[in-house]
Amino acid sequence: MNTSWTRRLVLALAAPVSAFVFAFLLSSIVLILSSYNPIAAYSEMINNAVKLESIIDMLNEATPLYISGVAAAIGFRMNLFNIGVEGQYQLAAFAAAVIGAKVVLPNGLHMLFVMGVAMIVGGLYSGLAGLLKVTRGVNEVISTIMLNSVATLGIIAGLFPRFLEEKADGAVGLGTTPLAETAWIPNLNGVVQIFTRDIVKGRKLTGILVVAIVVGILYHLFINRSRLGFDVRATGMNPLAAKVGGVPSKKMILLAMGLSGVVAGLVGLPDLLSKSHSYDQGFTKLRGFAGIAVALLGRNHPGGMVGAALLFAFLNTSSGVLQISKTASSEIVTIMQGIILLAAVVAYQMVAQVRQREEIKAASEATGANA
Amino acid sequence: MSFTQFQKLPAYYRWPILAFVGIVVLALVQELTGQGLLTSTTTIQTALKWAMPILIAGLGGLLSERCGVVNIGLEGMMILGTWFGAWGTLQFGSPWWGLFFGILGGAMGGLLHAIATVGFGVDHIVSGVAINILAPGTARYLSDRVFAQMDGGSISQSPRVESLGGFTWPVLAKGPDLFGRVERLDWFIVSDVFGVLRGLLFQMSYLTAIGLALVPISAFLLTKTRFGLRLRIAGENPLAGESLGINIYRQKFIGVIISGGLAGMAGSLIVLDLAQLYRQNQTTGRGFIALAALIFGNWKASGVLAGAVLFGYPFGLSLRDLEGTATRSLLLVIAIALVVVMVWAFTKQNIADGILAGTVAVGSLLFFLFTNTAPSWLPGTMPYVLVLLVLVFASQRLRMPAAVGLPYRKGGS
Repeated sequence: MNTSWTRRLVLALAAPVSAFVFAFLLSSIVLILSSYNPIAAYSEMINNAVKLESIIDMLNEATPLYISGVAAAIGFRMNLFNIGVEGQYQLAAFAAAVIGAKVVLPNGLHMLFVMGVAMIVGGLYSGLAGLLKVTRGVNEVISTIMLNSVATLGIIAGLFPRFLEEKADGAVGLGTTPLAETAWIPNLNGVVQIFTRDIVKGRKLTGILVVAIVVGILYHLFINRSRLGFDVRATGMNPLAAKVGGVPSKKMILLAMGLSGVVAGLVGLPDLLSKSHSYDQGFTKLRGFAGIAVALLGRNHPGGMVGAALLFAFLNTSSGVLQISKTASSEIVTIMQGIILLAAVVAYQMVAQVRQREEIKAASEATGANA
Repeated sequence: MSFTQFQKLPAYYRWPILAFVGIVVLALVQELTGQGLLTSTTTIQTALKWAMPILIAGLGGLLSERCGVVNIGLEGMMILGTWFGAWGTLQFGSPWWGLFFGILGGAMGGLLHAIATVGFGVDHIVSGVAINILAPGTARYLSDRVFAQMDGGSISQSPRVESLGGFTWPVLAKGPDLFGRVERLDWFIVSDVFGVLRGLLFQMSYLTAIGLALVPISAFLLTKTRFGLRLRIAGENPLAGESLGINIYRQKFIGVIISGGLAGMAGSLIVLDLAQLYRQNQTTGRGFIALAALIFGNWKASGVLAGAVLFGYPFGLSLRDLEGTATRSLLLVIAIALVVVMVWAFTKQNIADGILAGTVAVGSLLFFLFTNTAPSWLPGTMPYVLVLLVLVFASQRLRMPAAVGLPYRKGGS
């Protein structure tokens, strides 16, 4: 019994570890070919990463990536490819910034209101793709990608100039009217400083980290412990069997797509509630696509995606120090991310095949013994 | 001729007829709104140029999906094509080298996709998404190493590259310029048709010619050759093909690599023909629009061409249309097209389709009536909205290759 348990653990870790080693080797080759010293680059990255301020940066970066990963994973669990997290979160953040700046609410409640608006807008926008799929048979991959462009190039680009901040002196700002302080989420510096030294250099650990943790726990409970989550997984594994078993497939598509968008709505919140407090030109983009990578790398697993988000955040935050120290081109980190991702999906598939073969063997042995 | 008879015509008869109807509608709207951009030679030229990347990438998608592999990585392979297209041109001094390396770069992306999906059995969409994440990072890294060191280049942009150039068809569009004469006569519809035709032939770029030639070539390859038959059986019923002694893995590898090569060609076309330099995010989702053109075209080469022209047209128009008046007229075109869809749906007793088409038509018409010029964001959004609209009404009548997207293992295990 014990041996099978260790064997399962080895199999579970084999894929990510081998993918990481492979990516490590390949990135080193790329670095050597571009006449950089890989050892120097890696040690620079690690030396930087162990500083407290860098860890704060990393957590701030990992927080939206994780939320974005969960949003993508909800769809992936039932083979529904929501590539539209990108458009959903940007539209949600834009709407929440505009509406949130117009209301006056007490402290805390205001923050929840902004979150609620973002979740509703995200859910409605992804729900549109779900609706197109169940009523019109439009492939969700294509429709969500088109909706990304419609949201960012169309809706936001069209409405953004109308909601620019009007300053007291009559000048027009570069972003939407900033949210009132009642909507800001407190930072977690105080909590961290209980355990460590003071955080310097103006770094603030975003309070959205708590939201991300809650999202992760709820995702785990929903997928693994709830009736609906079971239906989602069943539909993903075998749609026909699930349908025969009484799972309404159209409703499930709408539900998964909608929930995915609701979570996607939260991705833009760190900017909105704890950084710039408005939607402006510098609003962080491309987290939707990074979230897909996090979901694939973390195997849609609530814990696995934590590792994946931290790894991607580590690489993202390392790019700056590579640039400054001139040990490597900062863009090497995006290559590393791509290689890790591709290597990981291949490795997962290989491990899955090994598992399947062993199961078949075990099953045939068991039935052979009985006969 | 009744509609069912029309539907039974081969695709290469149907599409020209529909194209003619389309030009007539455009000409009518042009008369009504009194603005001349919709069918002018320059608009058609730009539209055709912008349709080409969608067409060629769409043909790439066709070859891949016909052998059973969904290629959502077209976008990434196009990006590789843009980078290598610019690099080849700068490195070897000729845009033809750029084209060659662009194709090669895309084919490498295709090889990667084939190794992951066919070799290892990874989910096709997962692998495609991974390639779409890997490709822009690679291009950016390479730009930092190569273009940033050059004069006029940076991490997100290459120096200017030479265009491939083109040629004007003699007699028809230059010299006697027969088509041009008819266009200038300003006869209703007739002149419009010749304006469109002349736009096709006047200063046609070599890549446009190649792209258009690729349509019959790939149709012939797929339907009339032994290679095409083997490719298609890999996408329809691989186990049956296997029982006939066909190496399905090989067919799929070839199909996906060619697919990547075509996507790379589409990417280098953007660099060499449209922009004359490499820029980051230059493909703006056209790999995905190519997939939509493939779906709209019902997995047929001539259909991909129709889809590419349909989706390329608003792109081209938006570039010519600086005041937004032409895009506004396009709203009326869309309304008319939707009314046609509505009438057709009602005659087929498809009430839901009819009501939906009617509602959107009214919306589009109201938008047209209550604006004087299209808002600045509309031209850039129109292609994507159009893709959605078309898929909303076309998705249900289509037939994709039976085994597309399914994992295949030799021996059926």
